[in-house]
Amino acid sequence: MDALQLLVSGLANGCIYGLIALGFVLIYKATEAVNFAQGDMMMLGAFITLGLNNEAWLGLPFWLAVPLAIAVMAAIGYLLDALVLRRMFGQSQIAVVILTIALGFIARFIAGAIWGHEPQSLESPIAGMEVRVGGIVLGLDEVAVIVVTVVLTGVLYLFFSRTRLGLAMQATSQNQLAAYYMGIPVKRVHSLTWALAGAMAAIAGILFATKGAIDPNSGLLGIKAFAAAVIGGFGSLPGALLGGLIVGLVEPFSARYIAAGFSQIMPYLILLLILVFRPDGILAQVRQKKV
Amino acid sequence: MRIVFKTSHDADIRLWKHGAQLFWYLLLLAAAVALPLLLDDFMLGEATNVLVWAIAGMGLMLLVGHAGQASLGHAAWLALGAYADTLLQTRAGLPFLMSLPLAAVISGLVAALVTLPIMRLHGIYLAIATLALSVLTEDIIILAEPWTGGVSGLFAPDIEIFGINFNRYTNPDGLYWLVLAITVLITLGYANLLRAPTGRAFVAVRDSEISARAMGVHVARTKTLAFALSAAVTAVAGALMGHMAGVFNNETFNIVISIYLLMMIVIGGLGSIHGAFLGALVIGFLPQAIALLRSALAGALGIGSITIPGLETAIFGAILVAFLLFEPRGIYGRWIVIRTWFELFPFYRRDMFRRQRSYLKTERMR
Repeated sequence: MDALQLLVSGLANGCIYGLIALGFVLIYKATEAVNFAQGDMMMLGAFITLGLNNEAWLGLPFWLAVPLAIAVMAAIGYLLDALVLRRMFGQSQIAVVILTIALGFIARFIAGAIWGHEPQSLESPIAGMEVRVGGIVLGLDEVAVIVVTVVLTGVLYLFFSRTRLGLAMQATSQNQLAAYYMGIPVKRVHSLTWALAGAMAAIAGILFATKGAIDPNSGLLGIKAFAAAVIGGFGSLPGALLGGLIVGLVEPFSARYIAAGFSQIMPYLILLLILVFRPDGILAQVRQKKV
Repeated sequence: MRIVFKTSHDADIRLWKHGAQLFWYLLLLAAAVALPLLLDDFMLGEATNVLVWAIAGMGLMLLVGHAGQASLGHAAWLALGAYADTLLQTRAGLPFLMSLPLAAVISGLVAALVTLPIMRLHGIYLAIATLALSVLTEDIIILAEPWTGGVSGLFAPDIEIFGINFNRYTNPDGLYWLVLAITVLITLGYANLLRAPTGRAFVAVRDSEISARAMGVHVARTKTLAFALSAAVTAVAGALMGHMAGVFNNETFNIVISIYLLMMIVIGGLGSIHGAFLGALVIGFLPQAIALLRSALAGALGIGSITIPGLETAIFGAILVAFLLFEPRGIYGRWIVIRTWFELFPFYRRDMFRRQRSYLKTERMR
């Protein structure tokens, strides 16, 4: 029974890593920019929800605060691309990496200045509740994380395969020039991709803040999510979720069955092994260039 | 404008292009040597700090600016340098003059070994691998507690050379001169490396791996060498940081330090030794500048002192964003533009240093 509880909490953590990793991969696929600030956007989304919802701040109803926060984060994502990232077009990837790291620093400072540096929890209606399934006690928050992730994956799948915008994003990610010739407004699609990633970050943040406490440095979680994205295969949406689940599951199990210190090390060891033996991740997307 | 007639092959690779340049560098050196006579002990400590950061910056600049390989985890080599140097002194009883070079050599060898498997990686994947290495180093320091002292850390002994003590507080002038001497040595070595075949191979690999291979450069060996040299130089800075801090643990050289280092050389100007120094100046004196600004602001508004945690990092980040957007060549690049403007005075053209707009180079197809 112990293992099952570890499994559920690992899955729940993994879902959050996976959602953040999904944000990375969305942006990377569409714009080839690597957004190291995705973890900080998650943190910011969580804090915005918390600021709207918690009694100590604005005290809006939960179901009003959540869509508002998602909308705000989507707007932030859109503006970030339209005002900052678009100017970096054509520069090296590393320059974009450094830029987004710097943006993350700024986001961390803003969150700390507004909401303080103490860890806080989101006062959501499901916090602290439990479900019993055949004698095992599971946190409702953890179950909710898993359910939301599954639903969100389905919604994203439909979005990418059925809607015009989703198809336009796919086209842009495959070949920008061809997409442009086909009449797709590539720049706006890029910005909308950033908006989508912002919304995803907000959802991940809400789930994270429901499950545990959040503080301005929680954005560093993004590094682990980044490892997850690479393990799964950078540039593959299912790969991002898979990588997130792997990292999420490996952490509690290695802490339980190897030694406490190993839960921190294992994700990165797996990352290094993957990078050495299968550099493009489990679900690879890179093809060799033919000369 | 100065016209330099090149009358020999040496003129192309000489360390200074003309006598006036040599004169200015010597003047700068003289000013640097005379600095302890001008500054009080606090500012001198800051100046020493800047020099140590400049050494670390040169280490990373060699890798990022000249060999073109990104590293988001250089704090790992700082840590390795600090721990190796201190352990060699306290456990093996070696004097500072031996432990410092040995620490550098150890770091270089470890870096060469570690980079063998990740040498196949490019661009962003390499950056992630180095990031993972840096995070792992922090955890390994905790796991190797019998050696490293784990979370409680290690105490670095005072630097002692032939019986002379270089404590930070009792002999700040001596420590400054010592660090300055090390800095000058490394700078000269770096400048000489760049005009030697190895340094040119680095630049060739940076600009195009395929062309470099076509020209007969052994790309994998060159990259490994760049990593090893970079790690060795960074380790020297790490050892000095350890001595200056007095005590350090796994948190001292964390991932944020790696990112600071990278940001520092970007602000200074990638691809130039000057950039490492200019970046170090920015990172060294930014806290002082913010403190001055803060007290001035508080005085003007008539309110008490304002303290906002994380302000320095945020301002540093904002400066970096501004540089990346408006002057990606960094401070040194801007200085070259200004100097050219004056040298050519009425004839400077606006497009002279115009950045080439290149199409997005996809990493998905290689």
